Amino acid sequence: MKAAAFRYARATSAAHAQALLAEHGEDARLLAGGQSLLAALNLRLSEPAILIDIGRIGHAAIEARDGRLRLSALATHAAIGRSAAVAEAAPMLAQAVPHIAHPAIRNRGTIGGSLALGDPAAEWPACALALNAEIVLASAARGERRVSAEDFFLGLYSTACAADEMVLAAEFPATAPNERQVCLELARRRGDYALVGVAASAKLEGGRISGLRAAFFGVGATPVLAREASRAAEGATVAEAARAAADALGRDLDPPGDPTTDGATRLRLARVLMRRAVEAMAA
Amino acid sequence: MSPPDALLHAVDRPNSWIGRARPREQAKRHAAGGGRFLDDLEPPRCLHAAFLRSPHAHARLLALDVTAAASQPGVFRVLVGADLDPVMTPWVGVLAHFKGLKSAPQYPLARGRAVFQGEPVAMVLAASRRAAEDALPHIHAEWEPLPVLTDPEESLAAPPIHAELGDNLAFTRTAETGDLQAAFARAHAVVESGFETARHTGVTLEPRGVLAHWDPAEERLTVHHGTQAPHMMKEIFVRHLGLAEEQVRVICPDVGGSYGVKIHTYQDEMACVAAARLLARPVKFVADRLESFQSDIHAREHRVHARMAVDADGRILAMDVEDLTGIGPYSVYPRTSAVEGNQVVNLSGGWYTMDAYRCRLRVAFTNKPPTCQYRAVGQPVAIALTEGLADLAARAVRLDPAEFRRRNLMPDGEYPAKAPSGVPLEGLSHQRALERLLEIMDYPALRRRQAEARAAGRHLGIGIASFIEVTNPSAMFYGVGGAPISAQDGCTVRLEPGGSATVASSLTEQGQGAEAVLAQVTADALGLDPARVRVVTGDTERTPYGGGTWASRGTGIGGEACLRAARGLSENIRALAGAVLQADPATLDLRDGAVVDAATGTGRMTLAEVGRLGYMRGDLLPPGVQPELSVTRHFQTRQYPFAFANGAQGCLLELDPETGWTSLLKHWVVEDCGTLVNPLLVDEQIRGGVVQGIGAALFEECLYDADGNLLNGTMADYLVPMAVEMPDIEVAHLCTPTAESALGAKGAGEAGTAAAPAAVMNALNDALAHFGARLTTMPFTPQRVLAALDAAGATAR
Repeated sequence: MKAAAFRYARATSAAHAQALLAEHGEDARLLAGGQSLLAALNLRLSEPAILIDIGRIGHAAIEARDGRLRLSALATHAAIGRSAAVAEAAPMLAQAVPHIAHPAIRNRGTIGGSLALGDPAAEWPACALALNAEIVLASAARGERRVSAEDFFLGLYSTACAADEMVLAAEFPATAPNERQVCLELARRRGDYALVGVAASAKLEGGRISGLRAAFFGVGATPVLAREASRAAEGATVAEAARAAADALGRDLDPPGDPTTDGATRLRLARVLMRRAVEAMAA
Repeated sequence: MSPPDALLHAVDRPNSWIGRARPREQAKRHAAGGGRFLDDLEPPRCLHAAFLRSPHAHARLLALDVTAAASQPGVFRVLVGADLDPVMTPWVGVLAHFKGLKSAPQYPLARGRAVFQGEPVAMVLAASRRAAEDALPHIHAEWEPLPVLTDPEESLAAPPIHAELGDNLAFTRTAETGDLQAAFARAHAVVESGFETARHTGVTLEPRGVLAHWDPAEERLTVHHGTQAPHMMKEIFVRHLGLAEEQVRVICPDVGGSYGVKIHTYQDEMACVAAARLLARPVKFVADRLESFQSDIHAREHRVHARMAVDADGRILAMDVEDLTGIGPYSVYPRTSAVEGNQVVNLSGGWYTMDAYRCRLRVAFTNKPPTCQYRAVGQPVAIALTEGLADLAARAVRLDPAEFRRRNLMPDGEYPAKAPSGVPLEGLSHQRALERLLEIMDYPALRRRQAEARAAGRHLGIGIASFIEVTNPSAMFYGVGGAPISAQDGCTVRLEPGGSATVASSLTEQGQGAEAVLAQVTADALGLDPARVRVVTGDTERTPYGGGTWASRGTGIGGEACLRAARGLSENIRALAGAVLQADPATLDLRDGAVVDAATGTGRMTLAEVGRLGYMRGDLLPPGVQPELSVTRHFQTRQYPFAFANGAQGCLLELDPETGWTSLLKHWVVEDCGTLVNPLLVDEQIRGGVVQGIGAALFEECLYDADGNLLNGTMADYLVPMAVEMPDIEVAHLCTPTAESALGAKGAGEAGTAAAPAAVMNALNDALAHFGARLTTMPFTPQRVLAALDAAGATAR
């Protein structure tokens, strides 16, 4: 299929992009890596009047500073995967990268685009939620604001990013001593959207788990933070925490089915991943 | 004394190109971006087609108004079914030798009713594909949904989709040999099982496409077509456009994979050809991926129930098979949709000795897209059910699966023989293939590794599958039934004045390397470097008449025609050189681009000199000598209906019983396809075929809901096998040449696809057996594996 006709503007700076967004609002879509957007255009699932290309506005930096890891919106999946700063400050992200589609897509796709799209089966929204990242948004009318990941993903492909706003960056707290981070997923083929995946962090002290934050993806309209699992695991030994968190998941998740994998199977797989994730923290 | 050549292995002889593994020349062009596919062609005044397709699997068309669409920007015309009536007649996909096979007339565009989702209904012709797509929503179509039949069993009991046919049973056939009842009565054990293979499709990298052009001045139709069989398609255009054969030419540009998808009569393609005739403008259509999933032929929706009787020594006494397949609302023209099931009847159990055999096939119409011949046609079903039963029977008599096969495979050296269905077999090597497979697998070591892994809590599965593969079909396959399908191929080999050769063959190049095979065969016979052989294929006007690419016949049939033509040319060259050199042609040979003395290898005259003399310097030739430096030969098999290839496959996988995941660790293939012309190409054919077979076993299924809606029409949710999940595939060869040809080559294009699903299934069930679980419904998704484990009470939920 061919995309419906659209107009095209190339933004020269973030401010320019925001000015264009202010002008076109709902009629516009930002074009970053284009790895999801162009497919949607060609399938005519999306027919924006204008594409605003932000590919040349810069904003691709990856910086670790003052206990924060800042990933600018146009940092590509591949760049994040190669970054020593990411591997040190947020190892979960480095673990997630090899699961994101395929190398050609990772070379073009960006973290800002992935967060702004809010695909519930994608890795970055779940990682952002698990690590309680802040999403930095900017608009011509209201300037910059920060939204925590817990408040950012509102529904299926729906986020707190307003029609006149763009994602400028995501900021992650640098990993603490004794913190363990894991990203695991089950996909029928490597690089597919996961049937179910988990991004999890917790503290491991004296063989006991605390502060577990496990964000599941591919299980609903948004990434889902498994709060009951966290409660169940709190203070337990690794083996107990793994089992208790997995058992508690039924109260956190109610995954939808698809034609080959029903909701009950997804929940079952989520329990396996939960257990393996906690066990991996002690490995 | 023998000439020194006789002491050398064939590939060591001077200029012996048959048997050499070498990359094909075309690969370089494609790697460099030089491919020229159908969508690269864009003649002046070209119209681009987009189709309104039925959103319903079965519905009456109450109203169809195209006036608004016709006035959209860039739109030249919007055509509906009746518009094409003046130029095109409908077709019916039946063959005379399939007794009772019935189907309904099929038109290029649906007439008053659609019978599957995706059936083309109206056609927008515009200045660009985008403009045509933009106009599609402006077509007003009003539908009244009708009852939808998606299940073949229910369909057989339901009112007919085509009232005039009386019922939905398109075809049925039962083959029976021996005394089935008596064989089962004296059985020590009887095993039985259901088997299901999933409806899936070929998924070619390049989609289907056609570019048709009617020249009103010449009154000639030229169709550029991504097809496997240009001569067949020409006949179809001739028949259904009411033209004379000299008015139609079909040309194949580069074709990006076919696998059987591109050898059928498709409504959208026929509509384009009809529109080109009607409007006298070039009309082009290239399917997009959704259209491909909706309208390419599907295959393999089979539901089998089968039994096997064995005696106390584990010898097979009999097999009894019931096969039911749903083929969609039409039997596909001209190859028909009965052949796949018919292969199940002919081939099941075809490598085992037994006393009695019965197979009943029922072919049902349904409201899903039509099915037809996709790579390995019916063989994956026949092999899965046979090898699945073999493993069950082995377990019933407490024999290792390898030993069970050893006891039952047809003995080597006792051919010709007949398959249990009665199909004749020329010469096969099942016993040796099994032993070679066990050797390359290091089977005893694998079993030890499996036991060690199990002790460590890991679940490995080992599966083996013996098989036969249909190759080199004779006219008994299709021609006998009245189809315009040629089982022979022709080839012209011409010496050029500079000493190179040009080959024109009726084979076609789909990316599989047919042209490389022809170049090597020619090079071998003419003592030329293959780089000096140009090959022309895919043009009904510039090649001899022949069948093209299907049923693993290219090398065996077209290669033999080429060998005969090139040898004929070699004789002519030696005769000419002999006349000039005053030497007996029998003492001359062709090597390294020259005529040499056969005994000493001394050069006598280059092929360039032969060419120059033959074409330019007749004045220097002895009186009466007329050089004949082009030779055409044709070949078809006459003695056997097929030259069966055979072999065995092995699979090692690991099962994760917690998630239901299967990870393929290694795959082995032993193949006996007779003479190998280019072992590199053969190995890659085998590996590519195995990958497609793995797709069937683990990933691929066209999913439809109860209303006949396609649920997975993109590459994101129709899962084709991809590299990361594929195991290393080790290939070994045996060589039992067919005696029907000088070349001795059988086909190798479908063996991988044919037996890989069975090998994977047996490996999975080997792993599942530890839990008392079993699974025979493909594809083996994690959910199905978990359900099988649950059913066996193996894991706690």
